[in-house]
Amino acid sequence: MKKRVVITGLGVVAPNGVGIADFTNAIKNGVSGIKFHQKLSALNFSCCIGGIPTISEEKKAEYFTDLQLRNFNSSGILYGCIAGIDAWKDAGLSMDDENVDFNSGTIFGTGTSGVEKFREAIYKLDDKQVRRLGSTVVAQTMASGVSAYLGGMLGLGNQVSTNSSACSTGTEAILMGFERIKNGKAKRMLVGSCSDHGPYLWGGFDAMRVMTYKHNESPTQGSRPMSASASGFVPGSGAGALLLESLESALERNATIYGEVLGGAINSGGQRNGGTMTAPNAEAVQRCIIDAIADANVNTNDIDLINGHLTATIKDPDEIENWVMALKREGNSFPFIQSTKSMIGHCLAAAGAIESVASIIQLKEGFIAPTINCDDVHPEVLKLINTDKIIKQHIQKELNLIAKASFGFGDVNACVLFKKFETNN
Amino acid sequence: MDKNELIESLKKIVKPYIQDEAAFENLNEDTDFINDLKINSANLVDVILDVEDEFDIEIDNEAMEKMLSVKSAMAIIETKLAEK
Repeated sequence: MKKRVVITGLGVVAPNGVGIADFTNAIKNGVSGIKFHQKLSALNFSCCIGGIPTISEEKKAEYFTDLQLRNFNSSGILYGCIAGIDAWKDAGLSMDDENVDFNSGTIFGTGTSGVEKFREAIYKLDDKQVRRLGSTVVAQTMASGVSAYLGGMLGLGNQVSTNSSACSTGTEAILMGFERIKNGKAKRMLVGSCSDHGPYLWGGFDAMRVMTYKHNESPTQGSRPMSASASGFVPGSGAGALLLESLESALERNATIYGEVLGGAINSGGQRNGGTMTAPNAEAVQRCIIDAIADANVNTNDIDLINGHLTATIKDPDEIENWVMALKREGNSFPFIQSTKSMIGHCLAAAGAIESVASIIQLKEGFIAPTINCDDVHPEVLKLINTDKIIKQHIQKELNLIAKASFGFGDVNACVLFKKFETNN
Repeated sequence: MDKNELIESLKKIVKPYIQDEAAFENLNEDTDFINDLKINSANLVDVILDVEDEFDIEIDNEAMEKMLSVKSAMAIIETKLAEK
């Protein structure tokens, strides 16, 4: 008998809000977290705007010991640990310094870890100072740094691992944790993903000219998913975390249930038939969505809201077309669709997790957040769906089923279905 | 630098890494970094880097392996200072 999997805790560190309360308020009111960053400008970036969460030194000290913060320079791990611990506590779980919890694990993804720390280390190393690197370069720069830190802070004794699949990382992590609980291998999985901020991570994208260079003077208007004037994505950073739990365990603990993970799918287009390292194979995207719906055992017509990948590049209309084809819904019968990236930018490896947190908040609270900067909906999008499917100012709305998808470099796709929790399903 | 001054400087250096407050309060020549102060063995290299910075000396790998207690640290620091 497969287990039902519910969400009992959330945590988020986003450019427009840190913590569930602030983030809820920000997404509801269309608050942008995108700012101009002098550091990017000084380094001759074409795109000098980005999303960086605000974390004070006091906030850091609430989550990390002085010793952990000594020579600490890994923004992704910082964000991931704050979001992860928040989700853990939000689920009503305690932090125990003594015991190991063999029923709880984590799959916490990232694209790359501690790039600034790595840069520091490389400078020292090239200066023949390898012996003076200190003891934490490995922990801060290994891909699994974030899951290793979280595992230690929370005493996790089940699987402790990091996944990585570019911009689909966060959504993939949720599905990996979901599978583990569903199959009875764990009672609780802390799932999510994080991404570093800054020039050393974002530079490669700037070099590809896929980030917008047109909004250095108007940062909050820079991220324009689905709009005719979309001119590239705006880089973001942060972390999102979900505490997934078997329904039995959640009921036993009398935990607050935010919603249920009904199912999903992960696939790849194999970089064939239009798919490349950077472009998606449309057939694979549609198949991923169709497979996710089948896995969740729901009817496509029951989907109320899509939280898309929608990065604000020229590819957004293609994504909408893939949804239309996969759902066999168009025009006025298409569900509502939104891009959280309009407010926080593209948080890369963290995107899927932060946007899933946004989805679950809307499911729980019963509202649809706006997609900002989309007053001029792209004409190709309007050929496919009605303009009022894109919400410009938040509306109160009972939501039952949300589809969340993320796509990434390497032609990889992930789609998950979140449902309002009902005891009898 | 007399013994007490040296112990005081060492006490400042190890403070961020210790995990046993009581042993730290009673720190003396016989205190062991790992067994008494419960310093994580990975952090011993950080202690050594901080000692190098404080006294402007370089501690080679061989000396480093021996630097497990206050007494051995003091001996190594004194030797290296004398070599300067």
